[in-house]
Amino acid sequence: MRTIAVLIRKEFTQIRRNRIMIPAMIIAPLIQMIILVYAANMNMRDIDFAILDEDGSATSINLISKYSSSPFFSLSGSVNSLDDAEKLLKGDKADLVIHIPPNFENSILNQEKADVQFLINGINSAAAVLTASYAQNILFDYNRQLIAGFSRPSSVSQGFGTIEVNYSHWYNPGLDFKIFMVPGILVVLVTLVGWLLMSLNVVREKELGTIEQINVTPIKKYQFLMGKLIPFWILAIIELGIGLTLGRLLFHVPILGSLWLLIAFTAIYLVTVLGFGLFIAAISETQQQVMFVNFFFVLVFILMSGIFTPVESMPDWAHYVNIINPLSYFMRVIRMILLKGSDFGDVWKEFLSMGIFGVVMITLSVRSYRKRV
Amino acid sequence: MESETIIEVRDLVKRFGSFIANDHLSFTVAKGEIFGFLGANGAGKTTAIRILSGLSSPTSGYVFVAGIDASRYPEQVKKSIGYMCQRFSLYEDLTVFENIRLYGGVYGLTLKEIVLRSDEMLSRLGITDLRDRLIRSVPLGWRQKLAFSVAIFHQPNIVFLDEPTGGVDPVTRRQFWDLIYEASRAGITVFVTTHYMDEAEYCDRVCILSEGKIQAIGNPVELKRSFNVTSMDEVFIKVARNA
Amino acid sequence: MSRFISLVRKEFNHIFRDRRTLLILFGIPIMQILIFGYVVNSDFKNIGIAVLDQSVDAHTQKILNKIFSSGYFNFSGNIQNAQGISDQFKTGKVKAVLVFESEFGKKLDNGQLANIQIITDASDPNVANTTVGYVSGIIRSYQGELAGQTVVQLIVEPQYRMVFNENLISAYMFVPGTMALILMLISALLTSISVTREKELGTLEVILVSPLRPAQIIIGKVAPYVLLAFINGLVILLLGYFIFNLPISGSLVLLLAELLLYITLSLSLGILISTIAKSQQIAMFMSLFVLMLPTVLLSGFIFPIENMPLILQWISAILPPRWFIIILKDIMLKGNGLAYVWNETLILLGMTLIFLFAAIRKFSIRLQV
Repeated sequence: MRTIAVLIRKEFTQIRRNRIMIPAMIIAPLIQMIILVYAANMNMRDIDFAILDEDGSATSINLISKYSSSPFFSLSGSVNSLDDAEKLLKGDKADLVIHIPPNFENSILNQEKADVQFLINGINSAAAVLTASYAQNILFDYNRQLIAGFSRPSSVSQGFGTIEVNYSHWYNPGLDFKIFMVPGILVVLVTLVGWLLMSLNVVREKELGTIEQINVTPIKKYQFLMGKLIPFWILAIIELGIGLTLGRLLFHVPILGSLWLLIAFTAIYLVTVLGFGLFIAAISETQQQVMFVNFFFVLVFILMSGIFTPVESMPDWAHYVNIINPLSYFMRVIRMILLKGSDFGDVWKEFLSMGIFGVVMITLSVRSYRKRV
Repeated sequence: MESETIIEVRDLVKRFGSFIANDHLSFTVAKGEIFGFLGANGAGKTTAIRILSGLSSPTSGYVFVAGIDASRYPEQVKKSIGYMCQRFSLYEDLTVFENIRLYGGVYGLTLKEIVLRSDEMLSRLGITDLRDRLIRSVPLGWRQKLAFSVAIFHQPNIVFLDEPTGGVDPVTRRQFWDLIYEASRAGITVFVTTHYMDEAEYCDRVCILSEGKIQAIGNPVELKRSFNVTSMDEVFIKVARNA
Repeated sequence: MSRFISLVRKEFNHIFRDRRTLLILFGIPIMQILIFGYVVNSDFKNIGIAVLDQSVDAHTQKILNKIFSSGYFNFSGNIQNAQGISDQFKTGKVKAVLVFESEFGKKLDNGQLANIQIITDASDPNVANTTVGYVSGIIRSYQGELAGQTVVQLIVEPQYRMVFNENLISAYMFVPGTMALILMLISALLTSISVTREKELGTLEVILVSPLRPAQIIIGKVAPYVLLAFINGLVILLLGYFIFNLPISGSLVLLLAELLLYITLSLSLGILISTIAKSQQIAMFMSLFVLMLPTVLLSGFIFPIENMPLILQWISAILPPRWFIIILKDIMLKGNGLAYVWNETLILLGMTLIFLFAAIRKFSIRLQV
């Protein structure tokens, strides 16, 4: 125990002397949080659209005005040919071109079918779908007006009542995306500070040769590894505190559940990822290597953890990967505790999985670390 | 001089793939001796010293250090040895005292002992004023002497020195050897590798290594006499020519 | 010249001996493309919905059948009372609860107003929003069926043409983004680390005192990485082409030229970082937080730039990947020629010159000291 304490003390002294460590811990999360939270705005912006009106009638102008007066659309110009329309799309001057063919007005006056073509920039498929659905909604309204104008007999009310759908959004009534993102970023921060910095630190001793001097002492493997793990474990928990405080002050992220429960889970989670980091450090020789191997896993784990998109919707094989993805557990638990106030009864399974995981990882790292080559 | 054997090596072989770094080495070192391991770069000195200090395992052969089988119980061996290697290995971003506290603590000394002994050590070296300086800012010569003092801080039975004076000026080398003598007088067995032949003269016994094999072993004076030359330099050249 | 070649060879040996890093360098783009293609951009499905049906009649059964056969939602059980809702949410398995008021069917049959409430777990606002949208759509269409009409009769019929991406494949967004990210990773991060590593180990000094000129040293140092990054870029292009049918509509020569330009730009950045950074840790820190993170977040790779606050848009304008992504999309997907991308190309070219100039200058100063 005393040996480990001696090692921890040494580690903290070095961390304190390292000029980039403290800024890395405070400034990085601040910047990350501010940028990510503001950048991660998935809402639709105004859709720039252009007009290719080959009819040029009062009716077509009326239809166009429905779009230009909509808050979702903003008119950016008009063109005279399909070629020009495509040029606009190519040059990113518009994301939508509304093409009204000749004889549009005549068809409508004759109560025949008329066509409108929407040319949509499809590169961003998600945005394209939304654009199409906004465009369609306006067109449907327009249709309804036309039908009303022709005063066809209404076919509704055959004795059935109307279904009224109400909805209420719990835990986040304003559907504030930031409240969703901040816990996700906290997971990333805590993970990066612990995992990456620690494994870099271990391999750095290998590169500088100082580990040799440690290896020749009667120190036990687990003592050395704990001496590395515990300081970064503490740092990462402090990082959680910094991040939570920032999230609370800047974005009013709620803390509905027990803070101690969250810290307890973080503590167990960190043992797992730090154990994993130690394992990778044990099998790597250079900082470059450890950096890239870690980077690979961090990237895969973050993307699959459900930070942006719901885990439930992922394909089956992704569910299997997520069984061994510690970040996916933490991502779920931190949001449950912070945003929904889940208690131990709700997350005990995650606690158990993380605990087993932690033991496995620590065992693995102790076994793979060699004092002797 | 009948004294007890503290290091015994029999038929030590170390292979890296098809390359044989140590080819059937056999020798003994007596307690309290200053034992020199000589050889050109790549002769297998570092490989051997790493096996003796438990940092590396032999391919075959017997290695007994302080009565313990070093190939099977390297961790037991580590309790009774000190080690200082070629590449400089005190932490550059820690102060002199912090380094001492770290290694002292690792060997299980209490903080009180550490403070007491380090004060004594620093004043003996005459560098009490360097106590709270970062190693990074300590002159190279002093770093080397400090590294040695730290390696024997826990008063081991044996200290292994792997080219301890590499890249050091002659004056500092001289002072470094004074420290080695001092340690030897205090009863510590010194096992040192070097390729400076003048340093070989300071040893009680030397072993000349070439291409992984022992070419000659004995007291420097006897060696010079048997090769009929006046300096260890010439002994070495003759041995190298024979190999 | 032979000295120069031996320098290049040494660098190649460094890279190709470290199989693990090499494996990772090619593993990252492949994994990333697969994850973006199949995991992150996957369809909305398997969302758990629990039901609090206080009526249990033919209408509620039909509505529930429609909802759970839609393919978007999973039935996660019945709840008996309103107190159970928050318990359901807290375990995380249920994303929404559907509440039918009592005598729902009776009211509907009698021509009265019948209430359905959708309660969502909005801790994930996107899921909550989409769920409400889909469920109300299904209910609306049920209402339509009741009224005896399937769809609203249309007079003006819309036709859609998704230009550049007829089948709305999401790969069109993330393949160019991945490319910009990976090339930046290899070029900037790898070079800056490898140069600072030599600094730390002191081997750089040896090369610096050689009669090679600074420009030669820099070129010798980065040449292998140019090759590595270029191959990686090709691998990503091929992956996009064969797995996601991503076309290369424009000129391949122009595309490869832009690729080289971007690689050169990233490498000069890497060199610049390594002349500033004293240790590998600092180099990594700078590369990660100054380059990688903004590349992921601000280059328009994941989040649309237009949505960002103005300040972030400005920051985004000084990020090379932002312009490179535009160029990639223009050439590959829109089939645009240089006439459309000369603007962006000039920006990249300008940045390259600035970084290169700064790097060589810094490097030479080091030599003189």
